[in-house]
Amino acid sequence: MEGLRDFWRRYRRKTSAVIGLALLVLVLVVALFGPLIVSGDPWDMATMPFLWPGADAAYPLGSDTLGRDILTGIIHGSRVSLLIGFSATVAALGIGVTVGALAGYFRGWIDDVLMRITEIFQTVPTFLLAVVLVAIFKPSMLTIVLAISAVTWPSIARLVRAEFLSLREREFVQSCVVIGMGETRIIFRQILPNCLPPIIVMSSVMVASAILTESGLSFLGLGDPNLMSWGTMIGIGREAMRTAWYMSAIPGVAILITVLALNLVGEGLNDALNPRLKNR
Amino acid sequence: MATDSVPTAAKRGSRQRLLRYLLRRIGQAAITLIAIVVLNFVILHLAPGDAIDVLAGEAGGAGPEYLEQMRRAYGLDQPIYVQMVQYLWNVAQLNFGFSFRNNVSVLELIMSRLPATLLLMLASILISFTAGVLLGVFAARRVNTFADNAVSVLALLCYATPLFWFGLMAIVLFTVKLGWLPGNGMYTIAASFNWFEATLDVLRHLVLPALSLALFHMAVYTRLMRASMLEVYGLDYIRTARAKGLSQRRVAFRHVLPNAILPMVTMLGLQIGALLGGAVLIETVFGWPGLGRLAFDAILQRDHNLLIGILLFGSALVIVANIVTDLVYAWLDPRIEVA
Repeated sequence: MEGLRDFWRRYRRKTSAVIGLALLVLVLVVALFGPLIVSGDPWDMATMPFLWPGADAAYPLGSDTLGRDILTGIIHGSRVSLLIGFSATVAALGIGVTVGALAGYFRGWIDDVLMRITEIFQTVPTFLLAVVLVAIFKPSMLTIVLAISAVTWPSIARLVRAEFLSLREREFVQSCVVIGMGETRIIFRQILPNCLPPIIVMSSVMVASAILTESGLSFLGLGDPNLMSWGTMIGIGREAMRTAWYMSAIPGVAILITVLALNLVGEGLNDALNPRLKNR
Repeated sequence: MATDSVPTAAKRGSRQRLLRYLLRRIGQAAITLIAIVVLNFVILHLAPGDAIDVLAGEAGGAGPEYLEQMRRAYGLDQPIYVQMVQYLWNVAQLNFGFSFRNNVSVLELIMSRLPATLLLMLASILISFTAGVLLGVFAARRVNTFADNAVSVLALLCYATPLFWFGLMAIVLFTVKLGWLPGNGMYTIAASFNWFEATLDVLRHLVLPALSLALFHMAVYTRLMRASMLEVYGLDYIRTARAKGLSQRRVAFRHVLPNAILPMVTMLGLQIGALLGGAVLIETVFGWPGLGRLAFDAILQRDHNLLIGILLFGSALVIVANIVTDLVYAWLDPRIEVA
């Protein structure tokens, strides 16, 4: 509890970090409680098409080319974005931490082989690979999450490997070896907890970039066909861009706010978790 | 960083080292490339159905005998490892296969679209690098002031903006509302220009897509440049330069900037892959006739062979760019040992 209070004291020192957290809470509230207030299917043709925002109080953000309510779409989109962002990051963490920990702990040929594979995934243009994976394996929530994690795990793997390489030389690890602790235990119970701070910082930025990637995929028509996502909405609005630009503008602002919030929180976490760097 | 006084023998030695290094890098790159080809092969074969199924679906209700015949013709009835060796061999000969949809070989399609994408990427690298360096220098010279914070906010916004959305909004503003710049295609169709007007026409079409594509990396360079400048400002030789009584401007541009800019060069190589990905979105938004737009068409037409070809070609481009960046870096900074 004391530690948590201390952490918060350091976190709130940076105004931008607090703003980021507030924005993130706002997005989370919309995603969690929005459907309770504005119910309905985002695909339903609720009203007349091309309704501008503010023209009808019942549909404050207006309607799209087929008369679908944009507010309902934004709320559903927030769930889709956050869900895909978090799931893809968790999956990427799973792969990245495993690969990085094994490479950094065992070194030698295991390290060589794993780093070679990592390098391959870092060489391939990431968004293009994600596009290819989703297009070939048919767009769905699962393939999108897997594709995004397939292109983002290398950065985690490199980070974790670097941490492991330096931590495994430290005395506390050597004493664990001396008392005969098993390797799995040393890796997961001793070393891993010590490299959590940079992993946490990187995760929040990864959620942000996963959300951006998802929006790009669904804009290209590679979104889950059953889900209304922000990228899909921008794609729909694009058809009527010349006359009704608000259809694309609104979901874009939603993406911007969410990604901005996650980046700011990531920066705040970085400063709060690495006190040595706080004056940079 | 003066190298004028280096004896010629040492210079020859360093050139030899550079050559050896280059050969080793090319060897590594070849292995990486082969691994990427294998990865692509695996992706293609994990896909539900094979190329013939997709083709048959397009053609609509072809008979099973006909399908078998086609499978034999494309070697799809062979064991998987034979197919892989065949695939590797084909790619080694720059044979990426055939785009049935377009009735042209994949390589031919890619080559016809490559110049447009290279132009777009080059312009966007130029914009992001120049603007990023300038903004970074500007912010670093006024560290922790209002101006510095304003640049930081701008960079943060650029980080968080979906580029394709920015492109759409730019079209709304600059093409639809203001009518200043074209927002679709690469040149005005059915216009009879002389070469000068034609160049100007392409440049006008280039502005918005290049700017949209550049935005993200402009933010990256700005932050990197600012941090790098601040680091160099703390070094001893800068204190000496200031002690000599040089003006702030001279210190910033002649002493700090040349050294602070070095780490930026490494980013250039890393940027290529991201730009190719971004080009898919930006070229789709702006109707720019390059590789990205080709990839989008391939998605729509389910032309997986073409899509894989673009991915493969893009990867090769990234590998080449990385080698070039390393060499440029070694050339710019003699302290870096390439061996």
